Amino acid sequence: MTVPTIMRQGRWTPWFYLLPALVIMFVFIVYPTFNTVYLSFLDKTSTRPASAACVPDEPCWGIFENYRYALTNPEMVIALRNNALWLLLMVPGTVIVGLLFAVLADKVPYESVAKSIIFMPMAISFIGAGIIWRFVYYIETGGGEQIGLLNAILVALGREPVAFLSNPAINNFALMVVGVWLWAGFCMTILSAALKGLPAEVLEAARVDGASEWQVFWKVMLPMIMPTIVVVTTTMVINILKIFDIVFVMTGGNYGTEVIANRMFKLIVTDTGRSMAIAVLLIVLTIPIMVFNVRRFRREEAAR
Amino acid sequence: MKPLTRLNRLLSRLPTHLAVVVMCIMWLIPTLGLFITSFRPREDVRTSGWWTVFLPREQVGQVEYETYCASCHGADGKALPQADLTNPDLIARYPRSNRLLAMLRKEINGRPHLVDPPLPENPRQAQEFLSPVLTYLQTISGGHVAGHRFTLRNYADALVGYKGTQDYLTDCQQGVSSTLAKFNCDASDLLNPEGMGRAFLNTVIVTVPSTILPILFAALAAYAFAWLDFKGRQWLFAILVGLQIVPLQMTLVPIARMYVRLGIADTFLGIWLFHTGFGLPYAIYLMRNFIGSLPREIFESAYLDGANHWTAFRRLALPLAAPAIASLGIFQFLWVWNDFLVAKIFLSTHPVLTVQVTNLIDPRGSNWHILTGAAFLSFIVPMIVFFAFQRYFVRGLLAGSVKG
Repeated sequence: MTVPTIMRQGRWTPWFYLLPALVIMFVFIVYPTFNTVYLSFLDKTSTRPASAACVPDEPCWGIFENYRYALTNPEMVIALRNNALWLLLMVPGTVIVGLLFAVLADKVPYESVAKSIIFMPMAISFIGAGIIWRFVYYIETGGGEQIGLLNAILVALGREPVAFLSNPAINNFALMVVGVWLWAGFCMTILSAALKGLPAEVLEAARVDGASEWQVFWKVMLPMIMPTIVVVTTTMVINILKIFDIVFVMTGGNYGTEVIANRMFKLIVTDTGRSMAIAVLLIVLTIPIMVFNVRRFRREEAAR
Repeated sequence: MKPLTRLNRLLSRLPTHLAVVVMCIMWLIPTLGLFITSFRPREDVRTSGWWTVFLPREQVGQVEYETYCASCHGADGKALPQADLTNPDLIARYPRSNRLLAMLRKEINGRPHLVDPPLPENPRQAQEFLSPVLTYLQTISGGHVAGHRFTLRNYADALVGYKGTQDYLTDCQQGVSSTLAKFNCDASDLLNPEGMGRAFLNTVIVTVPSTILPILFAALAAYAFAWLDFKGRQWLFAILVGLQIVPLQMTLVPIARMYVRLGIADTFLGIWLFHTGFGLPYAIYLMRNFIGSLPREIFESAYLDGANHWTAFRRLALPLAAPAIASLGIFQFLWVWNDFLVAKIFLSTHPVLTVQVTNLIDPRGSNWHILTGAAFLSFIVPMIVFFAFQRYFVRGLLAGSVKG
């Protein structure tokens, strides 16, 4: 984008437009980010270096003591494992469900209604979604009727009710189902727009040449929308790294469902230093995506 | 088209239709369950699943009545003339199951009241059997208010933040002292700090400025990025792209401490500024892409006519950017309305809807009737906004969003 030469301006004019936004962003994003990094090297009082919390004869990483906690504490190891599990299963899960639905809905006359339904969870809060699904997973242990949908189905089928949210063998997967329910609509919307943007002639040509619908999808559509799939995937990676509300409201991070952001929230008052180290861990994990996004942006700008 | 070909077409498309419809139903059912539950009377919610509203109604408590009472009082409750269970005056003496329990624990004619089978010793377990019995007695004596399958009382409870054992309106009618201590039993209860009514108001107060402010500042900055020339324009904007995905967790503590020093901790001003700061990178990005793609000729001709940048911004860029402003407005509105973490940390004394809903969660799951109503109250506005302006929301999303 180049500015037309005719649009003359004073030397300070741009800053008059930019200053309010730049000042606010500096005060609310840039400065606090660096401050958080600084605080992560202090102990819970934020007045002494983190090494002050070291106990003799026990492992200590000196000034990096809070990072020792963030990387080796058993709760944190569970949180890191869970975030990895979420990334490995849920990112492909949402993208595949979203793509599948985008392709299928494209073929039916009630497409817009169907897409609205899948997309609707994006409009409500994660907290609200958590309540909705707590109710679906609810288990009645007092001997009464099962009023949670899934356990009622299990009982009707003659099975024992299952504690979906407190059984460590399945609770993480139960939470991921909620995640897919929430985010599949997001992936679907973006992928659907990409599918609609494909040139009709190309698809038609493939069909005329005798390609089956299956081949058209795998050999033509998928490669053509790959850039969009990459964008959706990176966005989902960021969303999953920061996953918090769902876990907070459904299990509180108990029963082995802890995640990084929830751990950070729990420690924010009681042990600021550790909490900040976890926050730094979070941003370090997002930096590759940040670099990727900036690079992609610069490529797009150069192509304009 | 021949009927046979049409049938053939339909059949070949059937799996697609089936898949789409089944997925839509799966996506709808969880929310539907919450919605239906929020309208069901407390006792119904506790004793049966929401899907039973689609089945012919079973008399609540009939089974328990037949187990404990029918052998003496008869199937219709009229077998003992001195204790006619269909008499509303008699039943009205036992508004709650604990009163009924106390009476049943006393001996009658020198013998225990209930022997075959006896009630559980544990009072809580005993009440679990007795409360449906009471509901049944209230129904057959004709004095039961909750005889309807649907009620709005859960919403009244949620709005005022009622946490007692009956419901807010009944308590007010009967003048239950614990309720009178907390509520005035008039419209002012809607602003009770523990209720969803007040939380609704707080959410509106948080959301409106938090939506307008970032758009305002973003429009100014976006104009400069698009149509003004200055040193470092490219790299400043590249930094902005990076800032979009800074996790807000990175900034919570330093900003909270800054607010304490400035004396604006736990104020609406604090949360407005926070949301403005965090809304800006994406807002500027989206607005700059939109304003920058406006045809250059209109700006050039405006300058030829003697307009300066300020007029061009106000008269040309702003009105022409209306679609982008709409997308951004909806996006930011929904984001702030649905936010939990920021409100929990920066506005704990004025709970917003999302925070108040979590306050209402009962780990034992005994208040689903209120919780579902409360959750739905928090959905109403975003759902209306979403369905009314879906087009703009999707457009904002497509412009490439990675936020918060």
